[in-house]
Amino acid sequence: MPTLTINQKSITVPDGTTIIQAADKLDIEIPRYCYHPGLSIAGSCRMCLVEVERIPKLQPACNTRVSEGMVVHTNTEKVKEAVSGVLEFLLINHPLDCPVCDQAGECYLQEYYMKFGLYESRMDENKIKRHKAEVIGPHVILDTERCILCSRCVRFVNEVSHSHEIGIFNRGSQSEIGLLPGKVLDNNYSGNVVDICPVGALTDRGFRFQCRVWYLSETNSICPGCSRGCNISIHSNRQRPHHAEGRRVVRLKPRFNAEVNHWWICDEGRYGYKFIDDPSRISLARVKEKGEFLVLTLDQAIGRAGQKLKEALERAGRDSVVVIASPQLANEDLFVIRKFWGEDLGLSQIDFRIPNQNPARGDDFLLRADRNPNTRGAEAILLDENGFDLTQLLRREDSRKFQLLCLFGQDLTKKLGVPWAEKFLQQFEYVIYVGSNENETSALSHLILPSATYAETEGTFTNFEGRVQKIDQAVEPLGDSLPTWETVSKLARALGYGYDYDNAEEIFGELAERVVEFQNLAYEKIGDSGVEITDVSKMQVK
Amino acid sequence: MNSRELTFTERLYIIEVFKGLWLTSRHFFSNMKRHLARQLGLNRVERGAVTFQYPEERRPFSHRYRSRHRLTKREDGSPRCVACMMCETACPAHCIYIVAGEHPDPHIEKFPIRFDIDLGVCVFCGFCVEACPEDAIRKTSCSKILAYQSTNSPSSSSAISLNKGRANVDGILILS
Repeated sequence: MPTLTINQKSITVPDGTTIIQAADKLDIEIPRYCYHPGLSIAGSCRMCLVEVERIPKLQPACNTRVSEGMVVHTNTEKVKEAVSGVLEFLLINHPLDCPVCDQAGECYLQEYYMKFGLYESRMDENKIKRHKAEVIGPHVILDTERCILCSRCVRFVNEVSHSHEIGIFNRGSQSEIGLLPGKVLDNNYSGNVVDICPVGALTDRGFRFQCRVWYLSETNSICPGCSRGCNISIHSNRQRPHHAEGRRVVRLKPRFNAEVNHWWICDEGRYGYKFIDDPSRISLARVKEKGEFLVLTLDQAIGRAGQKLKEALERAGRDSVVVIASPQLANEDLFVIRKFWGEDLGLSQIDFRIPNQNPARGDDFLLRADRNPNTRGAEAILLDENGFDLTQLLRREDSRKFQLLCLFGQDLTKKLGVPWAEKFLQQFEYVIYVGSNENETSALSHLILPSATYAETEGTFTNFEGRVQKIDQAVEPLGDSLPTWETVSKLARALGYGYDYDNAEEIFGELAERVVEFQNLAYEKIGDSGVEITDVSKMQVK
Repeated sequence: MNSRELTFTERLYIIEVFKGLWLTSRHFFSNMKRHLARQLGLNRVERGAVTFQYPEERRPFSHRYRSRHRLTKREDGSPRCVACMMCETACPAHCIYIVAGEHPDPHIEKFPIRFDIDLGVCVFCGFCVEACPEDAIRKTSCSKILAYQSTNSPSSSSAISLNKGRANVDGILILS
């Protein structure tokens, strides 16, 4: 465990640590292009040169291991001059087309030029022209003029995605990034090369020219695409609706979490935000009358749902009502569903598991076969020892009719296939669909209540490893839509129960008291990286 | 702000009303005297106050006056603007609306498929001109920014193009 001093601050780090890692721990900024903590060391950009006492030449901080008693300076004149010189070389053939470049505003060439460069250009020769706007994959576009050959993308496809699509070709000033013969950058992690590219050489095709990055606000959230629960940042454009065709959520970026996804996210999750501002969003409550949907105010719709529920319970009792929740819902939503339907109304037929006829496949890196973010939470909150299994109900053959089905956002037609879903839904006198987007299932239901998407609410998801992670609200709920816990609370109030939750935090507090897996957890302690729930099965073994 | 305590006569109010009437009528009659004297050729030095019948009559502006925007063109006539949104970002009135599109020439890459300035909101500060890295937007001395209705269709005679209160890129290019 050597102890070293960087800019008069001393720190003790494990053997084998490099200077740049030690400096990062001390929050001392060393400029870098090729160094990325998730990739191997290339040492090619020479931006991280630092002065080490008793070594005559400047050393690259990314590739120099610390030793006992090392004294490092990162802000001396010698270092600044060297960094400025390196920048001057890197910018020799850079086209300086920042006005049309999507990276402008989050570009490290811009940032370090403002911090360390600020020189007058001495370049008298013509800049080398290369090909621009070259599509290299379904999500990525390449501009070889802007590239500074840091090789982060090449190391990413070799070391992280192991898909080996891109490489550096030719020598000297002719060097450039390109696709290997016959390859396309189409692996499921290709979007990450855009994130790690420190300049505007690799940019996102979907985001291209949609919105300038300085218009975007960032909100911490969790990807709802699968049960991994990758940490993401939702980038939303709230002020200028004429950009990005009016979409409020413009892009998702991965957020570092050492326990879950590190720096990465798969493309399926990255581009899975489009349903949030899709035309299929349900913004107003609707009721089917004589085969056509009529718009209702939210209060009318809740009133009607409450009335139907009351009638069903009075006419045929608790066993005539079925609730299908969804593992897409947050822990708080599921808890309020359990509390109202399960505890207050005493229903036993609550489930969320629907056999998927077209199961998705996972991979060996991040993507999980279970494409729901909160299956573990739903199991902990909704399933109990009474052992109601929706599959039996779905497969049953007798003709007894149920009164009411309340369906939370699950598209039965997609999971079961249309004939099976239709046959199942016909067993119910009345179907209430609470969801965010229209689909064939909502078209088959009688009453539609709009619900907010994960980007429009706050709450928590529990990933497959039992890590509870927080989602924050990025944009306002669309139209009349409400978080599901609020819809259920309103419905409960319509039936005379006192539900007056103000926010997800309040519900989480009650959840932590009432559900054994969530015991000892507190909302404010979840933080940016999440906390783990208690594994009940392990507890019993002890 | 502390306001002065009113005196007794001021608080009576009626005296102040007559003082005000006196001030107004003094201006009226002194102006009328100057106009009459000028008309009769008695005094050519002193001028009475003048009312312009705007918009039919126009006060002459200095040539250095900069008001209405125009977008400059490339040699082929297409707008020089590359839709970098610098002017939109700098605009303190938030009255510039640009939507970017893909230009067929990869060395231009980006161009505006919509460039609207809401002249009803614009404060004519000129920040957009300062911010532009391409010299694509300038201000002209054209001061004819008027329409009887905000929904007027572009009128060819006055070369003013207002569409829903917005001068679009074509309207501005006609002016240049």
